[in-house]
Amino acid sequence: MASVVLDNVKKVYPGGVEAVKGISLNVPNGSFTVLLGPSGCGKSTLLRMIAGLETITSGTCRIADRVVNEVEPAERDIAMVFQNYALYPHMSVYDNMAYGLRNRGTPKPEIERRVREAAKMLAIEDFLERRPRALSGGQRQRVAMGRAIVREPQAFLFDEPLSNLDAKLRVQMRIEIRRLHNRLKATSIFVTHDQVEAMTLADVVVVMNQGRIEQVGKPTEVYNRPATRFVATFIGSPAMNLAPGRVIGRGKVEIPGSGTLDFDPDTFEVAEGTAVEVGIRPEDMTVATPDENTGFVIKPEFVEELGPNRLVHGTAGGEPLVLSVASSMPDLGTRALGLRVPANRVHVFDTTTGRALRRG
Amino acid sequence: MVERRPLATFLAHLVLILGIVVVAFPIWVTFVASTHHAKDIMTAPIPLWPGTQLIENYRTLLFDGLINPIAGGVPLWRMMTNSFIMAMIIALGKIFVSFIAAFAIVYFRFPFRMAVFWIIFMTLMLPVEVRIVPTFKVVADLGLLNSYAGLTIPLIASATATFLFRQFFLTVPDELAEAARIDGAGPVKFMKDILLPLSRTNLAALFVIMFTFGWNQYLWPLLMTTDRQYLTVVMGIQRMINVADTDPQWPLVMAAVILAMLPPVAVVLLMQRWFIKGLVETEK
Repeated sequence: MASVVLDNVKKVYPGGVEAVKGISLNVPNGSFTVLLGPSGCGKSTLLRMIAGLETITSGTCRIADRVVNEVEPAERDIAMVFQNYALYPHMSVYDNMAYGLRNRGTPKPEIERRVREAAKMLAIEDFLERRPRALSGGQRQRVAMGRAIVREPQAFLFDEPLSNLDAKLRVQMRIEIRRLHNRLKATSIFVTHDQVEAMTLADVVVVMNQGRIEQVGKPTEVYNRPATRFVATFIGSPAMNLAPGRVIGRGKVEIPGSGTLDFDPDTFEVAEGTAVEVGIRPEDMTVATPDENTGFVIKPEFVEELGPNRLVHGTAGGEPLVLSVASSMPDLGTRALGLRVPANRVHVFDTTTGRALRRG
Repeated sequence: MVERRPLATFLAHLVLILGIVVVAFPIWVTFVASTHHAKDIMTAPIPLWPGTQLIENYRTLLFDGLINPIAGGVPLWRMMTNSFIMAMIIALGKIFVSFIAAFAIVYFRFPFRMAVFWIIFMTLMLPVEVRIVPTFKVVADLGLLNSYAGLTIPLIASATATFLFRQFFLTVPDELAEAARIDGAGPVKFMKDILLPLSRTNLAALFVIMFTFGWNQYLWPLLMTTDRQYLTVVMGIQRMINVADTDPQWPLVMAAVILAMLPPVAVVLLMQRWFIKGLVETEK
């Protein structure tokens, strides 16, 4: 196992498209790092550069303290799990797993031992003689992981491995991947556009957008303290509400048409009179009692019923606002509702750069 | 079709049976003619049931040869062997060259890659006959007249097969090549271990087409060979008909036709099992 260190890595395609615009990232030994971002943000390109399937235009990539820019994928000592599994269709499961080891001249008994062990770990022992086409999606994904595990690589690279599975299986495989990681403690880099996968699997989440890193942090960090407007709206479902506002005093921001909100002046540093963008998560607001004056109101328009909770869609200061309430709440009707928003749950962003105006 | 109407079933069968009769009847007549004396089939009515000369006619044809001096006194088994060698070399050669060429075009990035592909593609439009004179000149200058090499090499390059392989390779997911790269398989190993087994179906289909193509060659062998040693079946049949001063030995000609038909049919039957298996096993 080893660390993966990227230093100002860039990828420019012929034709001038810059897919990855200078990324520096340290994936420590044994960590499970998730690259998260919308499609086209460069996360897969980045992973493929680490794997050696794409050339690195500039910058360096180190695996286990060795610069691997010019090293063939097979010699980088990594293993990759692909979205469409990429199993060799004409080989049995056993041969699929053994192929890489045979190519490296691993002795036969050793191959046998490793394949059996991995198969046991992944509960695919019964399928070893079958062809991939005789397996279900989940089983194929296990074989693909088995193929990676038997290599005993320095790092595991996952390229959206769960995207082809149905929702239920995805949850199950997600848990299994996490369990596997806890057991193997292998350095893993996992690419996904699914924030739930990212939040549940990751030790560290790297949020990417347009070829750049927006934020690197623990899942709770990117959720609770988003560094940019992009991260704030990308993570969390439904997305964080954003509304234009103006700071009218220390820790006070006015949202025209809806009232004022308190924010934590020790966290955010912003001068009075500044126009800002205010972010509040739907789940951070609670409905006040009718006689309580909270100074911030929403005009509900319609309600989405989700089962455990209910989404109230409305407007505040002309901007759409979503509020999540427990299903046990009585029907709220369409009268204006007073909302309680804790000061430490209000985020303040710069209107132009989109960065959170955090102190320090 | 999930139709279960008796009338439709009946009509479908009727059409199929008629089709088979139309195709099979001339072959049957040919076969029948090959089992009679020459005089029997030259008089009306033409017999429709096999005669007594089956073994005699085929034996003479296959081994004596002398009976037909114009065909050079070459026994038919010799011509069959020549045809078979020529067809095999052409079919295997075409598949080998095309496979390698398509592999290069699809999996390697080299300068003028697309230009090369388009040049190959353009030659698709040129039949052998168009380039036959320059090709003859080249082969003659190389001293390859009257040799298996001269018979086969000019026919080996194949744009069709290259194009088909290219199209097939493009449908193989890139991830497979990438997975193989990570698994430490170089280009040759990837080709041998993964691409070749996956192409089984295409290989079988192409082999059938190319073998038949090679077997049926007429113009090129005619130009190329003057030595009777290299006479092929197709040329042989033509010579058996073009006899001066006397009637052709029709029963023998018919027997030769029947025999000439057998190897391509055998190849189709043999390969059919392969590529049906391939079709069932491959999943896309």
